[in-house]
Amino acid sequence: MQVNVKLFASFQTGRFKQEFRDYPDQTQIGTVVRELNIPEEEVGILLLNAVHAKLDQPLSDGDLLAIFPLVGGG
Amino acid sequence: MDKILRINMSAAGGPTQSTEKAGEFAALGGRATTSTIVGNEVPPDCHPLSADNKLVIAPGMLSGTAAAISGRISVGCKSPLTGGIKESNAGGQAAQVLARLGYAAVIIEGIPEGDDLYKIHINKDRVEISVDNSNKLLDNYPLIEKLQKEYGDKVAYMSIGSAGERLMASASIACTDPELRPTRHCGRGGVGAVMGSKKIKVIILDDAGCKNRPPQDAERFKTANRAFVEGIRKHPVSGEGLPAYGTNVLTNVLNEAGGYPTNNFKTGQFEGGTKISGESLAELEISRGGKATHGCHRGCVIQCSGIYNDKDGKYLTKQPEYETVWSHGGHCGISDLDTIATLDYWDDNVGVDTIEMGVAIGVAMDGGLLEFGDGVGAINLLRDEVAKGTPLGRILGGGAGMTGKAFGVTRVPVVKNQALPAYDPRTVQGIGVTYATSTQGADHTAGYAVATNILKVGGDVDPLKPEGQIELSRNLQIATTAIDSTGLCLFIAFPILDQPETFQSMLDLLGGFYGIEMTGDDVAALGQKVLTLERKFNKDAGFGPEDDRLPSFFQTEKLPPHNLTFGVTDEELDQLYNWD
Repeated sequence: MQVNVKLFASFQTGRFKQEFRDYPDQTQIGTVVRELNIPEEEVGILLLNAVHAKLDQPLSDGDLLAIFPLVGGG
Repeated sequence: MDKILRINMSAAGGPTQSTEKAGEFAALGGRATTSTIVGNEVPPDCHPLSADNKLVIAPGMLSGTAAAISGRISVGCKSPLTGGIKESNAGGQAAQVLARLGYAAVIIEGIPEGDDLYKIHINKDRVEISVDNSNKLLDNYPLIEKLQKEYGDKVAYMSIGSAGERLMASASIACTDPELRPTRHCGRGGVGAVMGSKKIKVIILDDAGCKNRPPQDAERFKTANRAFVEGIRKHPVSGEGLPAYGTNVLTNVLNEAGGYPTNNFKTGQFEGGTKISGESLAELEISRGGKATHGCHRGCVIQCSGIYNDKDGKYLTKQPEYETVWSHGGHCGISDLDTIATLDYWDDNVGVDTIEMGVAIGVAMDGGLLEFGDGVGAINLLRDEVAKGTPLGRILGGGAGMTGKAFGVTRVPVVKNQALPAYDPRTVQGIGVTYATSTQGADHTAGYAVATNILKVGGDVDPLKPEGQIELSRNLQIATTAIDSTGLCLFIAFPILDQPETFQSMLDLLGGFYGIEMTGDDVAALGQKVLTLERKFNKDAGFGPEDDRLPSFFQTEKLPPHNLTFGVTDEELDQLYNWD
């Protein structure tokens, strides 16, 4: 299956901004995070198809996954 | 801060001044001071631009001390935009300087006869109020450049541009940053128009010969300050994200979450979002020899601002904030950073609130004045209409509500006539509660539920559902009202919400400075007390439960991509002030 992965802020450094990536069916979000060498404790916001998600959630073909460090502003 | 300066602009024979003891205000500051004085002294039913209104300026409880990031200044009055009580705060140098001069507050009352324009110069030896008509209709950048030749670069300036002189309801008061740029604004609610109505163009604050305010318990204060700074630096939001990308780091977050109001609140995602994101902005600033990291006042340890240069590497403006990038960007369908930065420059120069002005332009676009996405047209409106005080410029300068009426627009995003900021309440339901119920009108900073709804700082409440939002907004509004009184930048909320030891160090800073014991309950009690008196002022000014509501289109129009309406009921909104 193919997942649209977007990285933001400091997670872009040395990685990418957006890539369509292939994974086996039912791959969990945490697996994607680990594969990208992002320490789990640095993950602030996970949005799966614009809805907040958790690391143990499985992905489906065509999903959009956005991964942010802890950020804020206002 | 043991004294209060009172200036009466109405006095026969010219303005008079008097100094009184600070009394209860010696150990208060910021919003607690301005709202208490406005509540005590301003008739709630007065016209905001009449002689009965007062402009109250107060540094925070920790301003002018060695406490880190303590440079917020509060300005209070009855708002010409909302008709209710207003506290608008800003960074810049003014708070530190005014506090070191020893003033807990400056109260400006009355209106002088005639057309003369005044300036007020305050230093450690005297206060001078003088006529200077050579400043008439100068905008903030040329004004500060001119004044520097007279007063130098070791002072802080608080000024109004032409919008304030023209009494526009979106007019701001500019405070200069450490390099004397008039870029830090008490923006919301038209406080600049109240200053303009009193015919005061600028206040020059000179603390030469003054020292930092000394703490009662120096050792405890010093230890607490060290721990406080450490806590701010180690939290990822205040220690990494904000310095590197600024507040505009939120564009991508809100856009990805479907809560980024686009084309006047028609959709929750903007196609051009990435182009104007904090990541793109920081990259552009650095590539043009500007700065992605800059502090608005000395002593700031977050440094969330930056310097934006034009294509030729010449200074254009400070780093536009997230709210500004949104109001002039996605809200208007504009995805060009140079256009947004130019609009930010004109907002600062003319002296208008970037949120109110951007939202007004987007509402005018919805009314057919311009096409969404017309950046050149938007600049023309600000530079050729608002800055020149044309009839169209005065309509826009009157704010989003007035603009909506002028153009027959039904989708007008205001509460208590103040424009909504950059988070759609249908996707971020907690901030919708704050918009609806704040004493200030729609104001994200009044109770920043975005932190818990979207950013997952200080807990986790589902942004898409109404459950839990009232309690969340209530607690945040109480805490924020207290923080707005300390002079500390609101961005300390990120570390203190997540790190109990940093919250404790903030209590110890206050306790060590004033030689008292401070607890979390004391902070909450202060917040509740101030909110209660602000709410009483609004009630006496004619506000009722029907004013604590979002515009009805948030209940009737579903917002893509989540296709939700605002789900918190009126009955629930009426429970926000459950202690009142």
